Amino acid sequence: MSDHAPEIDGSCVSCHVLEVEGLCVNYGKVMALCDVAFRTSCGKSVALIGPNGAGKSTLIKALAGLIRPECGEIRWRGQAMTKSSHEIAYLPQREEIDWNFPATVRGIVEMGRYPHLSWWRRFSSKDTAQVDQALESMDLLDLQDRQISALSGGQQQRAFLARALAQEAHVFLLDEPFTGLDADAQDRLTSMIGTLKMEGRLIIASHHDLDTVETIYDEVLMQATKQVAFGSVKDTFTKAIIDETYGRERRSA
Amino acid sequence: MNWLTEPFELLIYKRALLAAIIIGFTNGYVSAYVVLRKAALKTGSLSHALLPGIAFAILIFGLTPWSAFAGAVVAALIIGLGSLMVSQTSRIDQDTALAVLYTAAFSAGIVLLGYVNAPGELEHWLFGDIRGMSDNDLWTVFIIAAASLLVLTLFQRPIIVMLFEPNVARSLGIPVTIMNYVLFALVILVLISSLQAVGCILALGLLVTPAATMLLFTDSPLRLFWGGGILGTLCSVAALVISYWLDWPTGSSIVLILGAVFVIAFLISPKYGVLRMLRQRHHHHESHA
Repeated sequence: MSDHAPEIDGSCVSCHVLEVEGLCVNYGKVMALCDVAFRTSCGKSVALIGPNGAGKSTLIKALAGLIRPECGEIRWRGQAMTKSSHEIAYLPQREEIDWNFPATVRGIVEMGRYPHLSWWRRFSSKDTAQVDQALESMDLLDLQDRQISALSGGQQQRAFLARALAQEAHVFLLDEPFTGLDADAQDRLTSMIGTLKMEGRLIIASHHDLDTVETIYDEVLMQATKQVAFGSVKDTFTKAIIDETYGRERRSA
Repeated sequence: MNWLTEPFELLIYKRALLAAIIIGFTNGYVSAYVVLRKAALKTGSLSHALLPGIAFAILIFGLTPWSAFAGAVVAALIIGLGSLMVSQTSRIDQDTALAVLYTAAFSAGIVLLGYVNAPGELEHWLFGDIRGMSDNDLWTVFIIAAASLLVLTLFQRPIIVMLFEPNVARSLGIPVTIMNYVLFALVILVLISSLQAVGCILALGLLVTPAATMLLFTDSPLRLFWGGGILGTLCSVAALVISYWLDWPTGSSIVLILGAVFVIAFLISPKYGVLRMLRQRHHHHESHA
């Protein structure tokens, strides 16, 4: 393990905390995100729910350190999130990626090892083993030599998860991972998120299919530019709060 | 093998051979970056924008490699950053701004070169001649080659992640913006180094075609870089031999041969060649019939 990153194992569930306080993001003069505050920990899966333009992708990007917030703080294990970028894996929306890029599945997963290597150091046997293991746990060993455009949507999503695994990331930030997947691929991704959670990782994903929230996630953050509510799926994903989240937008529109 | 060695018995061709190897490899290697960045046309407009800088420098300071070099850098920066400024401060997008500025700059270059009292000067900068390299030229080319190969090799991994997905790279703490500026400067330097050989109109061919050809063969970014370099070298040297025997202009020969190799690859590449794709479609139809 590099740095002082904690080991990933089931025993440390809930010992690593992600805290967000008073987070606001503006694009120029447009407010994209406001008053976001929540606290969660590894071993959980969190869904970001809200209508289009509610700032779900913005929050993911802010957590990934891609956007500088106007105000507020993001702390992971008591420190500014940006200080431990290797522990954070950002998975963009699938349509943002150039799938024709000349890379194989294995090549993509190997990119996950780059942060652990110096500029020119060759892959050690440990690095190779990490890549193999990541491919295996995402069930991609048979597909490892395929160019990435020759994959189905679900396989592409798994290739990216495997990259994050090879990176030994603790926090997985997924932007709309379920969008465009067929039912089988959705089931498969659901069970893989379950496994990642059991291993003690924190999964945060923007999500827009309200019917599947309860089967996939533990916690929800309901937002419509401003945060409406945060809490366990059982307490927070209620009809009243869903209506508030989506209704507020309708009134202002 | 006499036909191969005979040209290089001449001193002028020995120097040209050295230049072809260095310039061919560097351009081919860097072409992987240009192609993966999808910046081919942008790079092309920059290569045209170098001309007024060189002409201006020659008029003011006389022709030395360093004056031409400094003029080219300044011109490229003015056009590159100018187009960025126009696009950010008005409703004109960067491609449009670049097209306006570089054609104007190129025209200014042609007008300015008219004032230089040396016959053939304009043609030299437009089309280049790799046989006319002085010691100073060779040193300039060598230093640019060393610098660009060093940067692209040392930072290969972050650069590849950046080219694949800039946001993923940023989330890993890679300073994407700074690296983009550094690599932009590097591309300008490489363009300048190839001006002597192929001129500013054809420089783009040498800085795009090698990796574009390799892209038809491989799915590994690393092979794109190294394969591009090797292809750039081989084609440049072959062009030198051909231009000796057939008395063709060297710059055009280099780009023509690169183009010919690309067309062949496009047709017969076992992986992404168009013939294979057609055959596959044919099989596909038959199996459905």
